[in-house]
Amino acid sequence: MTLRRIALALAAPVCAFAISIALSSLVLLAVGTSPLEAWLEMLSYGSRLETLVETGNRATQLYLAGIAVAIGFRMNLFNIGVEGQYVLAAMLAAAAGGAVDLPPILHVTLIMVVAMAVGSSFAGVAGYLKVSRGVHEVISTIMLNAVALGLTGFLLRSWLLDEADTTLNMMTPEIPPSGRFPNLNGVVEGLSREITRGRELWGFLLVAILVGVLFHLFLSRTRAGYDLRATGLNPFAAEASGVHPSSTVVRAMLLSGAVAGLIGLPEILGDAHKYDLNFTQGLGFAGIAVALIGRNHAVGVGIAALLFGWLDSAAPILDVVGDTPREIVSILQGVVVLSAVVAFEVVSRIRRATEARDAAEATLPTVAATDGSPS
Amino acid sequence: MRGLLRSSMVLRWMLAALGLVVVLSIVQGLARPETTDLLSAGTAESTLRRAVPILLAGLGGIWAERAGVVNIGLEGMMVLGTWFGAWGALEFGPWWGMAFGIAGGACGGLLHAVATVGFGVDHIISGVAVNIIAPATARFLSREFFAGRPGGGLTQSPRVESVGSVDLPFVSGGDLFGWTTPDLFGWIDDQGWFLVSDTAALLSGITQSVSWATVVALALVPISVFLLWRTPIGLRIRASGEHPVAADSLGVNVYRMKFTAVVVSGGLAGFGGAFIAIEQTGIYRENQVQGRGFIGLATVIFGNWQPAGAFLGSLLFGFADALQLRDRTAVHALLLLIGVALAALAIRAVVQRRVRPAALLAVASASVLCWYAVTEEVVSELPPITPHVATLLVLVFATSRLRMPAGVGLRYRRGQE
Amino acid sequence: MTVKSSPTPVVELTGITKRFPGVVANDRVDLRVAEGEIHAVVGENGAGKSTLMKILYGMQSADEGRMQVNGSEVRFSSPAEAIDAGIGMVHQHFMLADNLTVLENVVLGAEPTRRGTIDRRSAHRDLEELGRSYGLDLHPDDLVETLEVGERQRVEIIKVLYRGARVLILDEPTAVLVPQEVEELFRNLRELKSQGHTIIFIDHKLAEVLAIADTITVLRQGRTVTTVDSSEVTAQELAELMVGSELPAPSTEPRASDEHVMLSMQGLSVADADGRSAVDAVNLDVHRGEIVGVAGVEGNGQGELIEAVLGLRPTSGGDLLLDGESMAGWPVRRRREAGIGYVPEDRHRRGLLPDAPLWENAMLGHQTQPPYARGPWLNRSGAREATTRIVSSFDVRTPGIDTSARALSGGNQQKLVIGREMQAGPRMLVAAHPTRGIDVGAQAAVWENLRTARRDGLAVLLVSADLEELIGLADRLVVMLRGRIVAELDPATTTPRLLGGHMTGAAGEATDDEGRTP
Repeated sequence: MTLRRIALALAAPVCAFAISIALSSLVLLAVGTSPLEAWLEMLSYGSRLETLVETGNRATQLYLAGIAVAIGFRMNLFNIGVEGQYVLAAMLAAAAGGAVDLPPILHVTLIMVVAMAVGSSFAGVAGYLKVSRGVHEVISTIMLNAVALGLTGFLLRSWLLDEADTTLNMMTPEIPPSGRFPNLNGVVEGLSREITRGRELWGFLLVAILVGVLFHLFLSRTRAGYDLRATGLNPFAAEASGVHPSSTVVRAMLLSGAVAGLIGLPEILGDAHKYDLNFTQGLGFAGIAVALIGRNHAVGVGIAALLFGWLDSAAPILDVVGDTPREIVSILQGVVVLSAVVAFEVVSRIRRATEARDAAEATLPTVAATDGSPS
Repeated sequence: MRGLLRSSMVLRWMLAALGLVVVLSIVQGLARPETTDLLSAGTAESTLRRAVPILLAGLGGIWAERAGVVNIGLEGMMVLGTWFGAWGALEFGPWWGMAFGIAGGACGGLLHAVATVGFGVDHIISGVAVNIIAPATARFLSREFFAGRPGGGLTQSPRVESVGSVDLPFVSGGDLFGWTTPDLFGWIDDQGWFLVSDTAALLSGITQSVSWATVVALALVPISVFLLWRTPIGLRIRASGEHPVAADSLGVNVYRMKFTAVVVSGGLAGFGGAFIAIEQTGIYRENQVQGRGFIGLATVIFGNWQPAGAFLGSLLFGFADALQLRDRTAVHALLLLIGVALAALAIRAVVQRRVRPAALLAVASASVLCWYAVTEEVVSELPPITPHVATLLVLVFATSRLRMPAGVGLRYRRGQE
Repeated sequence: MTVKSSPTPVVELTGITKRFPGVVANDRVDLRVAEGEIHAVVGENGAGKSTLMKILYGMQSADEGRMQVNGSEVRFSSPAEAIDAGIGMVHQHFMLADNLTVLENVVLGAEPTRRGTIDRRSAHRDLEELGRSYGLDLHPDDLVETLEVGERQRVEIIKVLYRGARVLILDEPTAVLVPQEVEELFRNLRELKSQGHTIIFIDHKLAEVLAIADTITVLRQGRTVTTVDSSEVTAQELAELMVGSELPAPSTEPRASDEHVMLSMQGLSVADADGRSAVDAVNLDVHRGEIVGVAGVEGNGQGELIEAVLGLRPTSGGDLLLDGESMAGWPVRRRREAGIGYVPEDRHRRGLLPDAPLWENAMLGHQTQPPYARGPWLNRSGAREATTRIVSSFDVRTPGIDTSARALSGGNQQKLVIGREMQAGPRMLVAAHPTRGIDVGAQAAVWENLRTARRDGLAVLLVSADLEELIGLADRLVVMLRGRIVAELDPATTTPRLLGGHMTGAAGEATDDEGRTP
């Protein structure tokens, strides 16, 4: 029974990935390149230490984004607004970090707190609108994304620019060394070999893992987490059980926004040390994909983030070698998402049917008993 | 009774439009030294041009949602429309471009339909997936088909031709059998008569050099109404969105209705995308849809799931868009307009004795007017977000008047209740 | 009683069998319906009536058996095919789209067209024509959402007639109607019959069945018991046929209540969404060790009353006291923690997390208390142990406590809900229709549980539509009509007839005094 359950749970993502590989291979064949060559090329480039470091960095951000989305999903809240929340949060956090000079740990803490507070309060707006005015969060967060991006540009341009900067690259003042996060190169190099090409494995990876662990503990081990899940599974029953629906919605949005606020920090604390026009955008939407593939589970989202991170990091080799367009990887990712959600749907239907059969078997003796009684 | 209600609604719409022109005229009059663009032929023309893609996305949203399927994949379907539109225009000419754009969007719609209707995947999730796949596909195809061409590249196509435009005869100087008719509206506009000239300017703007594609798009509003409300298939689609089990019990093939509606929805969004590429910019460029699919979705709500309502919504958003492109000072004058509009709403609330809303509106109005008075220019980030803020405000203040199809967003499985 | 055999059956079902996972809904059922008769199909909840009708109407397909309509063999794979064969169905839960007009709902799927558009004029004419000839009064252009229940039912009937059905299936048509509306419906049915239509009528209210039907087929546990002529059978005999020999009739036992008031409603009023009083100044006390039954036609404020007690719905006036303490301003959680147990009317909606395992369902409503929680943390092992205890002591039949609640049968789900509420040791239990839609065995178990708990001093507020359940379990009965308590009765002396009179308002003011216990 448990074995079968695990097999079923794994079946969906594995099938989805296989289908996606097959489809993308067909696309490559259609444009006249060899899919096998492309995949092998990616595998060999992707297994190098530097690519793996890249993968880790990318996955750190994707994982945080995925968890931010998953918190909402777990109670049927669609926080499409992670995108706007993290960009605004990262910009303001970077500005705050660049504006002050504090002792090392305190400085980083301040930056993180600012980021989480900004993300949280921006997501909270959508939560508040939902509970007070019944505005569906999908619509409000889509609208608020545009507002957040506009606000980011406006605040940066009007007040938060680095005065000393002479280039046209709009950026916040650089964060002093006390507000930077150490890298993990030492650890990796101890285990393997020296990392070349100036790559660094961002230390924020540890924070991401911690967030994942806390997310899992919160959901499965705390009363508040149970309330949140119950609301997601059946809001009416949850309400009757004493869960306050409105405050749970707001709380979930606040939490989701807080994690969203962290998404940009690995890059800002570990690498850029400022917010500028090169800041990575689009992670909020990628986070939705990662959460969907990872089934909103702490471990699943982790695997999905690593997969996407690896695909992103290994894809550039395709431009260098052979004539395979690297964009095939984006298509692959898109197809994985769609086939994964379809596969999960199919599998859950199969699981329900088998469970209903098992449960019915458990009651069969009684049916026989009533049938046998004289009427 | 329903018919009566409808015609009184039409009357109300017309009155509202007239009122809007009056207000615009007054504001234009007040802001005269600063800008003349608030109510000019150019602005009107630009508004219409900007409104069309949003309108098409909105109509797409209505088709899908009337059938009970939420379509946040409109954005992705528009992206497919831009690429296929540009490619078709390049290969076969602009009208073929439109056709390919529609087909591209419809493919996106088909994908969404297969996932949501066929497999019962959550509508939002499937829509998100479509929005992820579409840009990836466009990027991939650009590399394959545009990269080698002159002017083309990874992120853009060579320039494409537009489908051509038309002037309306007699009122805007259009040709009739080779004879150039008088430009009546243009002449009145030049006279500088208060209100009358302004109205003429507006009408002149929307009747002069109108793209044929715009004409087709506008025609799709009554056509959608006709198909959805007057034909059997329309009734079946709406019934599938209201109460699929009931429709099924009467022998309606609910899956087929939903499939049809979602594919049509994608086609309309694709048309919108193609319009952007072929008519608005004359080129395919990556990210040129810029959230218009989402704004289209907003107009669905804004227009209470009615095509005419979505049209009005798209005009409002198109207006905001047009002003920003034309003239920063016009946007500044727009603040005056918003301030006046808020004041009007405040007065209405006072008349209706709703104290708190009245106070809130009065404060809002006063602050916007102050903003107008103390500043010279509006920050450039403001106009792009106005449609989004407006939608939020509508949702916040008018939710109770909205009537969405009862079965929207529900997963429908035949034989399960 | 003689088994009736008609020479010309318009519908003949032979040996129909339909299995669902773990349940045989229909077991070699036979049904012969003669042309032009009103044929009632009776049986208890779960006897297989609805399944049989869904098979006849093409909504489900039979696993075995033959169907003949007008003498020729048929096999319907969709309602459309049944409609073509002249069979129409009026569903218990109306199949009407609220936001469409009456006309649109009627013509849907069979639209008259003129040059590709819906020919509203001819549809209009047809509807009025139909309405006139059968005495079914309707306005084609009204939005369905504005109609009363009886009017909606008429739309359903017109819908079926519009498609030219000669055989009408009505699934528990009287369940949602008030007495006058039932009268009206019966008048319509007789009119239809006089014009040669055949009517198959599903019900379990025997008086109604005897009043309207010509022939009665009785189903029990998925099998045909017999088919009898209605003139040759009494209600008592029918009841016996329906329930078989072993009737788990609830019986009253000596009072266990004392004077201690556990729940007190003092002038309690609840407003509905439109601001009208759904519950209107209700005064009611529930004592320790007492079951107070609330009777009434559904939709007369019982649901709102219960939700107000639980705190799920705000009150608009009056006060609620639990054990002498006002609960004003208490959120749901505080009320649950204070010892109010809740058996909801619709367990799927309010009582369960269908996709969560049983042990997580067992803690629902008690997730803040031991053994399910320890401070802010969940106590997983405690919860699992407690669930195992519930499963064994309340006889929940399940493969294990990790099974999803969804997989269980209705009866087992209900036993789980009752078990979890009882296990928590409540002071006050609020139960709505606790045995609705579950099998006879589970019903008996639920009743037994309630009686035991009452003996141990539990105060119970029981809302039910099952009069026998009310009379059998309750120490005191109150009747709700239009949000007010219109009568208080002693179950020992009252009769279903007296109760029914108050429920429908037919008893009026005059009998109000008679029925009131001193």
